[in-house]
Amino acid sequence: MDRRQFLMASATVCAGGVPNVNIKADDAKETKEFVGVLVDTTRCIGCRSCEVACSETHNNYVPEVTSDNALENIRDTSEKQFTVVNRYVTEKGEVFVKKQCLHCWQPACAAACLVNAMLKTKEGPVTWDGDKCMGCRFCMISCPFDIPKFEYSGWNPRIMKCNMCYERLQEGKKPACVESCPADALMFGQKRELMEIARHRVYSHPDKYVHHIYGENEAGGTGWLYLSAVPFNQIGFRTDLGTTPYPEYTREFLISIPLIEFGVPAFLLALNTLTDRKDELRKSDEWTESGVEK
Amino acid sequence: MSAAAIPSNELIRFAKFFLQELKPRGKWITPFNVISIPIILLGLVILYFRFTRGLGSVTNLSQQYPFGFWIGFDVMTGVALAGGAYVLCFVVYVLRLEKYHSVLKVTILNGLLAYIFYSGALVLDLGRPWHIVNPIIGNSFGYNSVLFLVAWHFLLYTGALFLEFSPTIAEWAHWEKLRKLLTSMTLGTVIVGITLSMLHQSGIGAMFLMAKPKIHPLWYSEYIPLLYFVSSIFGGLAMVIFEGTISAKVFSDLIGAKTHHSHEDIILGLGKGAAITMFVYYFFLAFIFMHGEKWKLLNGPWGYWYLVEVIGFVLIPCFMFAYGVRNRRFGVIRVAAIMTVLGVILNRQNVCLIAYNWYVPNKYYPSWQEIVVTLMVVFLEVWVFRWVVTRMSVFSKE
Repeated sequence: MDRRQFLMASATVCAGGVPNVNIKADDAKETKEFVGVLVDTTRCIGCRSCEVACSETHNNYVPEVTSDNALENIRDTSEKQFTVVNRYVTEKGEVFVKKQCLHCWQPACAAACLVNAMLKTKEGPVTWDGDKCMGCRFCMISCPFDIPKFEYSGWNPRIMKCNMCYERLQEGKKPACVESCPADALMFGQKRELMEIARHRVYSHPDKYVHHIYGENEAGGTGWLYLSAVPFNQIGFRTDLGTTPYPEYTREFLISIPLIEFGVPAFLLALNTLTDRKDELRKSDEWTESGVEK
Repeated sequence: MSAAAIPSNELIRFAKFFLQELKPRGKWITPFNVISIPIILLGLVILYFRFTRGLGSVTNLSQQYPFGFWIGFDVMTGVALAGGAYVLCFVVYVLRLEKYHSVLKVTILNGLLAYIFYSGALVLDLGRPWHIVNPIIGNSFGYNSVLFLVAWHFLLYTGALFLEFSPTIAEWAHWEKLRKLLTSMTLGTVIVGITLSMLHQSGIGAMFLMAKPKIHPLWYSEYIPLLYFVSSIFGGLAMVIFEGTISAKVFSDLIGAKTHHSHEDIILGLGKGAAITMFVYYFFLAFIFMHGEKWKLLNGPWGYWYLVEVIGFVLIPCFMFAYGVRNRRFGVIRVAAIMTVLGVILNRQNVCLIAYNWYVPNKYYPSWQEIVVTLMVVFLEVWVFRWVVTRMSVFSKE
């Protein structure tokens, strides 16, 4: 190993050393003021006005609410509908649950996206940018709630999901679903305020609600919060997700990258020097040059 | 070497030479051509539909299974099995074990083509492939994303492999000065290449850290990156044995007698390396298993399936390698190599497809179009491989 080779190796390593900034997940407690929506499933009457309002706002498929009997089955959101209402039969009767993107505080989809097409906006909604997205679908793998949906038919597919009506929020309006709700089941506001309201309802009616607010800490906390009369696993929620924000899962790996990028080449160079035995020095020129041992 | 430094008549000479070399040699009607040409043509037709009518028109991908056979097999497995290139570079250039030099060039070529074709197959799977440059140029760098790391390291490592192989190309094109320059860069390139490989082999595993609630707990652990890295070592070694065996038969006229003879010695060494790394891997698996107290998960179909992978395709081939090396039973080593390759394929399919969303009722199976396109990619790679080895001095002639 001469100095030129060493410099060359180091220069190439530096070029390969992709800068790693911002990989630390934010502190354990939420401090920013993000907007969200509080869903009180005890108030929802299953009218599905929100589905219609959502689809009309986003030019999606508008369901025939009065005649399609969609509540007979448990549905998922799709590339054609950003929100659906499902009916669950529980020990306390029928419960209607609206499903859409939960707008996580530290979203898995945004942490997964290699081009920042999935973005946690500073207001709180998680949005998708079609000019950046390359359609790798890693956001779909990562999202613990299986929210991003992909348009498999069509040459120019999009990732489809609720963006909390980001355009409407910019104009100072509420999300379309919140505005359309006739039963006051949806409440729009800052998460901190919504948490207070939610806690107030739980404390005032301890017999009516389970003592848990879904979204307070799930997957690190979400913008959308849910109140329920029955345990959340009975109404289609995953209760095994834990409270770790998703960027945490790959944080240590990402931090180790620069360490490996600088440590391993040094180690390999050292090994290469150590294995350079005297008796081989004579022919070393030959074999590094021709690539074939003579 | 800048373009201006090359005289224009040299470029014309090379262009003529290249066109001359492009012409096929040997017989056209061979069993391989008869099988591969129709499949490649059919694959191209399928790709026409894929790019005009969307992924859904030819694949079985769904909202539950956004990664299918093209990612799970072509990219994930292809990259793991191309690990032989960085392992052998480590052995030959860093440890200076010159015994393996005669199989190095062909392994680097295999690695380079694997990265170009198999990770290149990623483009077929991307929904919006025209944005593929976004993570490389422009201002949309997702530093938070493991995939960002993997994308960059794929690209850089493919470049490193190309540099490692480039002296052979320069020799073929009769560019003596350039060959010397490129050869002098080899050690630096190799060291960078090994580092990049460590990071993206494990990075592919780290991608699945994000899918914690979706992967069956027998396959999920926070050590997936380590497991992916270690399995790429023995997967790569097994692939070198496997490919070497095939090349020794198919291209026997290109391989010199001395190399042919020393090949046995090389296989013994590679087999030994595979046995040791596989045992380390098995130890890691056992450690993770016991540390996670996963005993009760073994009871049931998923547990049995896990045992098939870990016992049948890790521990048994590991012992077969050890037995074969000890008793110089080359047949056993070759069977062990094939089982190991199958084991790595199985592991990647398990993490990416089979044990992914394991609780979903409608499972994913690749459509026949996905399989045809995968075969097309493999056959194209073999075509280019054959073209290169019959023209450049890849095999040792001694």
